[in-house]
Amino acid sequence: MRAFFSSRWTTLGFLALLMLVTPILAPSSFYLRVAAQVWVFSLAALGLTILTGYAGQISLGHAGFFGIGAYAVAIGPEKFGLHPLAALAAGPVIAGLVAYVVGRPILRLKGYYLAIATLGFGFIVALILQSEVAWTGGPDGMRVAKLALAGWKVSGAANWYWISAGFLLLGAYVALTLDASPTGRALRALHDSEVAAAGAGVDVARLKLTAFVLSSLFAATAGGLLGLMNNLVTPEIASFMHSVELIAMVIIGGLGSVIGAVLGAAFLILLPQVLTAFQDYDQAVLGFLIMVFMILLPDGIAPSLRKLFAERWP
Amino acid sequence: MAELLQLAFSGLSVGAIYALIALGFALVYNASDVINFAQGDFVMIGGMGAVFLLAAGFSLPVAIALAVVAAVLVGLLLHRLAIEPARGASPVTLIMITIGASIFIKGVAQIVFDKQFHSLPSFSGDKPIVIGGATLLPQSLWVFGGVALVLVLLWAFIEKTLVGKALLAVSANRLAARLVGINVTAILALAFGLSAAIGALAGALVTPIALTRFDVGGLFTLKGFAAAMVGGMGSPLGAVVGGLLIGLLESFSAGLISSTYKDAVAFLAIVLVLSLRPRGLLGRASVERV
Repeated sequence: MRAFFSSRWTTLGFLALLMLVTPILAPSSFYLRVAAQVWVFSLAALGLTILTGYAGQISLGHAGFFGIGAYAVAIGPEKFGLHPLAALAAGPVIAGLVAYVVGRPILRLKGYYLAIATLGFGFIVALILQSEVAWTGGPDGMRVAKLALAGWKVSGAANWYWISAGFLLLGAYVALTLDASPTGRALRALHDSEVAAAGAGVDVARLKLTAFVLSSLFAATAGGLLGLMNNLVTPEIASFMHSVELIAMVIIGGLGSVIGAVLGAAFLILLPQVLTAFQDYDQAVLGFLIMVFMILLPDGIAPSLRKLFAERWP
Repeated sequence: MAELLQLAFSGLSVGAIYALIALGFALVYNASDVINFAQGDFVMIGGMGAVFLLAAGFSLPVAIALAVVAAVLVGLLLHRLAIEPARGASPVTLIMITIGASIFIKGVAQIVFDKQFHSLPSFSGDKPIVIGGATLLPQSLWVFGGVALVLVLLWAFIEKTLVGKALLAVSANRLAARLVGINVTAILALAFGLSAAIGALAGALVTPIALTRFDVGGLFTLKGFAAAMVGGMGSPLGAVVGGLLIGLLESFSAGLISSTYKDAVAFLAIVLVLSLRPRGLLGRASVERV
């Protein structure tokens, strides 16, 4: 039973099953659109699963990378005449380069210091997106041209549901494979004790940078997908609140668990939909829930569930 | 020359506010090792509370005093309901708890107050004082005076009273403090209450100069944190130096380079200082224990 639960194929299979069942249970295009958003945000959260869950490094600025990906699909086609697919690929490349340059100095910091430095990074990205009106449209954001493949206009909730599901499955495969690899074990060692990991011959600085760049690729890809799906990007996408939501998804779902990232994303995306009746209260409720989860369930949903199962069926 | 002096004045006024927020950070951090991301929201409670109490008919001093008391209550509740139950949690968990608290406070504030910008009348008129061709608002003097007063009171409290010494003991070593009979939980609550009071006072002092709204706390948290970090986390003098430094840097870069990106200056300062002196300008060197 334990081997079954810990196999990565079980996780991928479960995820695929979830993706197949959702359209049957909730066939309306409204639900599919919400579900597609869940897959996209799960993808971004998976990046943080690698960085925070595996390697133990916090980032409060990942919405910055998300924003870079989103604005790539907006600016690329409009200002440089790029094909939307090329722009979708360019986003992660740019985000990865930025992560490499920014990550080298700030990843030497730890804990609170790293938190505030990454927060500052995300803040600066949001500030640029808001201020460089000629390029980004300023606070109003900009429209994103529809994705067209050989004359077929990709639009509609169902299409985007399956595209985002496919990307998420691919991302989950990458994250799970990484976890099972020697690099993944080195990352976990880093999480447990940096000094011990260094003592065991792990190149700590390089490994942190690898995790940071990798997680930025996930976030930027997700950002690009969201931009193409919504046909609109605004600077909100790179805001601090958004960074907090991303990290909250990972922590509420369960640090270091792929299913946890998806559960956390689903929770935080569905929450505002449920709370639309109490629109003025949604911020208060979100803050309250983050506190309650952190205090009562610091391990997150998925690991707590797994522990429950492990106790019932050892 | 007059222009540079003007920039220095406005930088010092804002910097003094950052210094107060950084002091609040330092108090809580020293006592509990927690960085309170809701610190800036105390500033908002101080400002917004004073605005609404004044509108409700209280005189300005009473309104400010009541707003500070309200912030202290929020600080005590935060400690009792959110920090105390999560004692011993990892830094990541504690960061998320205080961020959750900050979002919660903002959410409640937009219901209790409103979503508009508000201002307070200046404490003693708006007639600018001319010094060397540059002008200084009377309210800036109130801000400087407030910072000086808080510093002196804090120093006297910590050095001259038994409770203050207990706070110092808890900061030095929590376990040892408990062993000699200090009620650590009460002292931690005291640290949260004090830092809330200082933050709210900063809010009341700055609101006549800068506008306030339910969500201004975020930027104050970041700037105050930057000030505390640049000065050296946990050092009260460092907090003041860091605050003034960040305020001056911001003001000069806004005046001489670009006002759009002045909010980015604090973060560049952090990255720069931490790369060169990882413990801040006035922080002690520390060795990581394994």
